[in-house]
Amino acid sequence: MNKPFAITLEVGSSLANKTGSWRTMRPEYLDRLPPCNAACPAGENIQSWLYHAEGGDYESAWRALVADNPLPAIMGRVCYHPCETACNRALHDAAVGINSVERFLGDAALKKGWAFAPPAAGTGKRVLVVGAGPSGLSAAYHLRRLGHAVKIVEAGPLAGGMMRFGIPKYRLPREVLDGEVRRILDLGVELELGRKVTDIRAEMAAGRFDAAFLAVGAHIGKRAYIPAGSAARMLDAVSVLRGMEGEDKPMLGRRVVVYGGGNTALDVARTARRLGASEAIIVYRRTREKMPAHDFEVEEALQEGVMIKWLSTIRNMADEGTLTVEKMTLDDKGFPQPTGEFETLEADSLVLALGQDVDLSLLDGVPGLEIRDGVAVVGPDMMTGFPGLFAGGDMVPSERTVTVAVGHGKKAARHIDAWLRDTRHAPPPKHELAAFDKLNTWYYSDASKTVRPMLDVARRSSTFDEVVQGLDESNALFEARRCLSCGNCFECDNCYGVCPDNAIIKLGPGQRYEINYDYCKGCGICVEECPCGAINMVPEKI
Amino acid sequence: MIQQTIKFYQTGTFTVGNRLLDESQRSVQANMERTNSLNSGHRACQGCGEALGARYAIDAAMRATGNRLIAVNATGCLEVFSTPYPESSWQIPWIHSLFGNAAAVASGIAAALRMRGQDDVRVIAQGGDGGTTDIGFGCLSGMFERNDDVLYLCYDNEAYMNTGVQRSSATPPTARTATTMAVGDEPGNPFGTGKNVPLIAMAHHIPYVATATVANLRDLEAKVTKAMALRGARYIHIHVPCPLGWGSDPALTIRIARLAVESGLFPLFEAAHGELTSRTFIRRRVPAAEYLRLQKRFAHLFTAGAEAQLARVQAIADRNIERFGLLAPESAS
Amino acid sequence: MLEQMEGSQAVATAIALARPQVICAYPITPQTHIVEGLGEMVKSGELKGCEFINVESEFAALSVAIGASAAGARTYTATSSQGLLFMAEAVYNAAGLELPIVMTIGNRAIGAPINIWNDHSDSMALRDAGWIQLFADTNQEALDLHIQAFRLAEDLSCPVMVCMDGFILTHAYERVDLPAQAEVDAFLPPYEPRQVLDPAQPVTIGAMVGPDAFTEVRYLAHHRQLSALEKIPEVAAAFKARFGRASGGLLRGYRMEGAETVVIALGSVNGTVQDVIDEMRADGMAIGSLAIGTFRPFPLAALRAALAGAKRVLVLEKCLAAGVGGIVTDDVRRALAGEQVRINTVIGGLGGRAITRESLRRVFADACAARLERLSFLDLDTGVVERELARERAARRSGPTAEAVLRQLGAPGSRLG
Ligand SMILES: Cc1cc2nc3c(=O)[nH]c(=O)nc-3n(C[C@H](O)[C@H](O)[C@H](O)COP(=O)(O)OP(=O)(O)OC[C@H]3O[C@@H](n4cnc5c(N)ncnc54)[C@H](O)[C@@H]3O)c2cc1C
Ligand SMILES: Cc1ncc(C[n+]2csc(CCOP(=O)(O)OP(=O)(O)O)c2C)c(N)n1
Ligand code: SF4
Ligand SMILES: [Mg+2]
Repeated sequence: MNKPFAITLEVGSSLANKTGSWRTMRPEYLDRLPPCNAACPAGENIQSWLYHAEGGDYESAWRALVADNPLPAIMGRVCYHPCETACNRALHDAAVGINSVERFLGDAALKKGWAFAPPAAGTGKRVLVVGAGPSGLSAAYHLRRLGHAVKIVEAGPLAGGMMRFGIPKYRLPREVLDGEVRRILDLGVELELGRKVTDIRAEMAAGRFDAAFLAVGAHIGKRAYIPAGSAARMLDAVSVLRGMEGEDKPMLGRRVVVYGGGNTALDVARTARRLGASEAIIVYRRTREKMPAHDFEVEEALQEGVMIKWLSTIRNMADEGTLTVEKMTLDDKGFPQPTGEFETLEADSLVLALGQDVDLSLLDGVPGLEIRDGVAVVGPDMMTGFPGLFAGGDMVPSERTVTVAVGHGKKAARHIDAWLRDTRHAPPPKHELAAFDKLNTWYYSDASKTVRPMLDVARRSSTFDEVVQGLDESNALFEARRCLSCGNCFECDNCYGVCPDNAIIKLGPGQRYEINYDYCKGCGICVEECPCGAINMVPEKI
Repeated sequence: MIQQTIKFYQTGTFTVGNRLLDESQRSVQANMERTNSLNSGHRACQGCGEALGARYAIDAAMRATGNRLIAVNATGCLEVFSTPYPESSWQIPWIHSLFGNAAAVASGIAAALRMRGQDDVRVIAQGGDGGTTDIGFGCLSGMFERNDDVLYLCYDNEAYMNTGVQRSSATPPTARTATTMAVGDEPGNPFGTGKNVPLIAMAHHIPYVATATVANLRDLEAKVTKAMALRGARYIHIHVPCPLGWGSDPALTIRIARLAVESGLFPLFEAAHGELTSRTFIRRRVPAAEYLRLQKRFAHLFTAGAEAQLARVQAIADRNIERFGLLAPESAS
Repeated sequence: MLEQMEGSQAVATAIALARPQVICAYPITPQTHIVEGLGEMVKSGELKGCEFINVESEFAALSVAIGASAAGARTYTATSSQGLLFMAEAVYNAAGLELPIVMTIGNRAIGAPINIWNDHSDSMALRDAGWIQLFADTNQEALDLHIQAFRLAEDLSCPVMVCMDGFILTHAYERVDLPAQAEVDAFLPPYEPRQVLDPAQPVTIGAMVGPDAFTEVRYLAHHRQLSALEKIPEVAAAFKARFGRASGGLLRGYRMEGAETVVIALGSVNGTVQDVIDEMRADGMAIGSLAIGTFRPFPLAALRAALAGAKRVLVLEKCLAAGVGGIVTDDVRRALAGEQVRINTVIGGLGGRAITRESLRRVFADACAARLERLSFLDLDTGVVERELARERAARRSGPTAEAVLRQLGAPGSRLG
């Protein structure tokens, strides 16, 4: 076409005009730390596995999950999910049901028989793990994947630690536990059962281990001084629950009183109901608000007919099974104080659920080792004062949960690996937290949490069937999709769409975006409209 | 057992795209192959809503027509910032003639295409609010009345921006412009003035009239797509914030447009042959003040003694909500 | 084929022969009969492949034409007087965009006072808009010029106005020779646009041009107009070759041999002028005339050459630049720059006032005798003017002049009050 000069122009010729020079601020993509990830004691990258699950690619989701935690089916049942407490969506409508999706993935893996990726090439190093609880299992798994030869020595008859001998079946079916343990052993981890390690240094020397990870847990039930008649039936919670795994179930009688306010107390009381107790009463010194047990567990227990006496302490137990209970009151600081008012309770047995102490005898004489408040002190790298000797889980100072234990195992494994290589493991610096105010929640549709189906109460008080059921696939998918992807791009195309200058380059599925600074004028709309706070405005360097 | 079926894709409903959506459900703007009808290198201000609205609308029209599209542009910011010699930002056949004649030029093109046997090529005309509701109104009405085969897109930034923010008949009450300063007894644009061109368009009984906003891309694209599936005169009035003229943060362009909708000040609706056929419900209702506060042109509403004025603006929003039925009936769950 | 018909009808027929694809119009006297005729032809199916659009204003009419032309259609419209001014902005625009639109101007005065009758004020007001302006002397020429106009416009990518006197030509019944369709088709090939809006080859038409290139754009527009001065005679010659009739061109001389006094005029008045010249030649006076066929671009060189032997020039103008005088005169003066030629301007025929042979003969004679003032007004009623001026001097608030004049003349309008 013989175009008239200047009046008629070539299309698209404004690409010659680089409007990027107008900019005083520039948008930059960044990854922020999602609050769920930040809160996960096992260091899971929750958001990333939800991302895969959102797309329906459950195997990838599971693989992303087990990169950090080899026990998702267990976690999906027993984890107290601090991730959900931290979840930003809680400020919007209700937290994402992370735990239920995790369980769904874990169960799917067991059902489909997904195996872990094979371990890295052998390093020739040998690591001893003492204790096959979650912490020991987690460490063994990670160490093995890193290519080390791992042997677990476990005192008990079966692996699992408190997951087997503490947590009741109705919360954690044993097939699930067995399945997830088996998968770890299938990696080539050696497990020796029924042998208690009594001298760690001797054990290491005998087995020519280059390092050891101790995860012996806390198994000695704490006692309280309660005057009792010689015929009074007084038991400790851990023993009762351990007894549940044997042939002969514990004899608790028809009226059972449990003393304590933690989750263990609830587990025992609920177990007692299932064993046929017509009355299961928890006696606790303080109020429901102050109770360390999780509210949902209290709720479930109450539904099952467990009774709780708040603000009460047990003063004595007579032979004929009569308990004297004193009413308490909370002082200004929230501590229970006696009131001098008493009442009596009839009980066939009293179960003490007052916490556990650690049996540290295997560490006797290890130089450099520090014990404080009954637990072994470790550094940030999980190493004790004795080089090459690491420890984690309930036996070190920390919150006592399966998840923390698993996290310790992973962390210790990384440090042990570095230590064995004569280097130091330096975890990458943590991103800035993706706080709620960084989100633009307009773009998320309103979707309340999917409630996990529950077993009928009638069946709950008579059987050990699992109480909380899993989500089916569509529900799990829905739940995964409720994730806001806080702080990390989930390829919603908003930035690509909202830029008035077409200065966002879409790189294609999984590739995210790039900013074309030749044309970006720095208006900041992309930052404002990014749903998940994955773009930041920074001053332009002049 | 409590069952919940999946009704939607969680994060795909309001975002531009989303990897989880079926290709067919993604917006035009999410497409890597979108036309970018208005390309990079244009000289619109930072955060210009008009630049964004134009690309949204025309890209959608391009997709709807299989890229068989010609655009006519009235004089105004969009024209000036997109075609300063020697650079054009347009990727489609485009013509600018005058400020007040875009609708007529488009009618002529449509007629020529018919006579040249190129019926499959479609025509859109576009202009600012000034070029549409004021100076181009005669030509617009003529195009409507003849039911010419043109989609007219008005980018409403509520004033004559290109000439330095003077009042137009689309300027809302109380807005400060260069010709309605925030001084005197009734600061800003007086109440009781202005015209609602979408409603006037409906009075022409043309096949399709809609309002849209840069804050709701999917709604906008759906409307453009629907309009392009029809023949005859069609009109879409698109709300496009202007950071310069409104005294707002360029980054907030979309947020402000959204608040206009959520407050009820800019109702989103559709009409066919003069009858209202749908409205887009307000999702999270906000007081008008939330919208107004982000714009310096309304700053005087937030000074002592301006309460009555502010209340009158709120009353306009309330009236819109009632008149157009902008609140969803309590959804039965 | 010879046929007796109204001028407007003749033009409508010529337009139809040119096979336009889009016609748009808005009614204004005296253009109406042309577009009415075309409208009927399109509606009846006589004119095929053409869309006729009734628009809401002249501004829209030309705007529709701009769109249609830019989209590659052969496009036509027509207007007069107020209508031309109402579309003024688009008139410039069509030229700036180099769109080969053809538009008939049924020349008419411009109000106020509103007046529907003929003079040239309308097309003169837009003489510098960048359009070619051709003036027809007769209905036959009007017909012929329209056929030439499309070819010129499309060859040059430049819009063309064909100006014909309102009523005097548009409403006059005369015998015209209608060309055959095949002949017109052979003369006027289908429109091949220089630029077109086409999705297959997208372009941006109508860019904003700043100081960096505006001068060049204007220079090129000027250059194109100059090149039209060559094109117009070529097209006229080609027309003559095909149709056997001289029509159009830059200038049309009449009895110019040895003419010492030359009368210059535009449009239908040339017929009367020629009659008077015949009379005066018969009386032995060395007088001739030049009809300006192409007013824009102005044929400076051709005029200068044509006037080489002239001692006196009388420019008879149907419009007035108030406060200045003649408009055509300025161009004539420019053509004769440096020549010792006396130039007289006679303003006549304003608002449809009849230009009689007697009056012309009087002023021509005065011109030959060098008695004529530089600027004079044909048949001006000096009595009325003087009384009105006196009244104005007497009373500060004298009211509108036009009303007062009508009242003086006892015209019916004065009673409407
Ligand atoms: C009743 C109950 C319910 C609980 N519920 C939950 C819950 O729902 N969610 C949650 O997150 N946490 C729960 N916990 C806490 C959780 O079980 C523990 O924090 C966690 O199991 C600690 O893991 P670990 O690996 O450190 O120790 P453990 O799980 O205690 O495992 C230690 C293992 O080491 C073995 N061992 C000990 N000494 C030796 C030795 N010398 N040689 C060889 N082997 C040895 C033990 O036999 C045991 O198998 C519960 C605890 C109890 C008691
Ligand atoms: C006939 C005419 N009058 C006035 C102008 C000056 N003018 C050019 S653009 C413009 C303002 C355009 O306002 P609007 O149509 O609202 O578009 P915006 O620039 O706000 O996008 C004005 C007044 C003009 N170009 N032509
Ligand atoms: S003045 Fe307003 S409409 Fe014009 S380019 Fe700037 S932001 Fe866009
Ligand atoms: Mg505007």
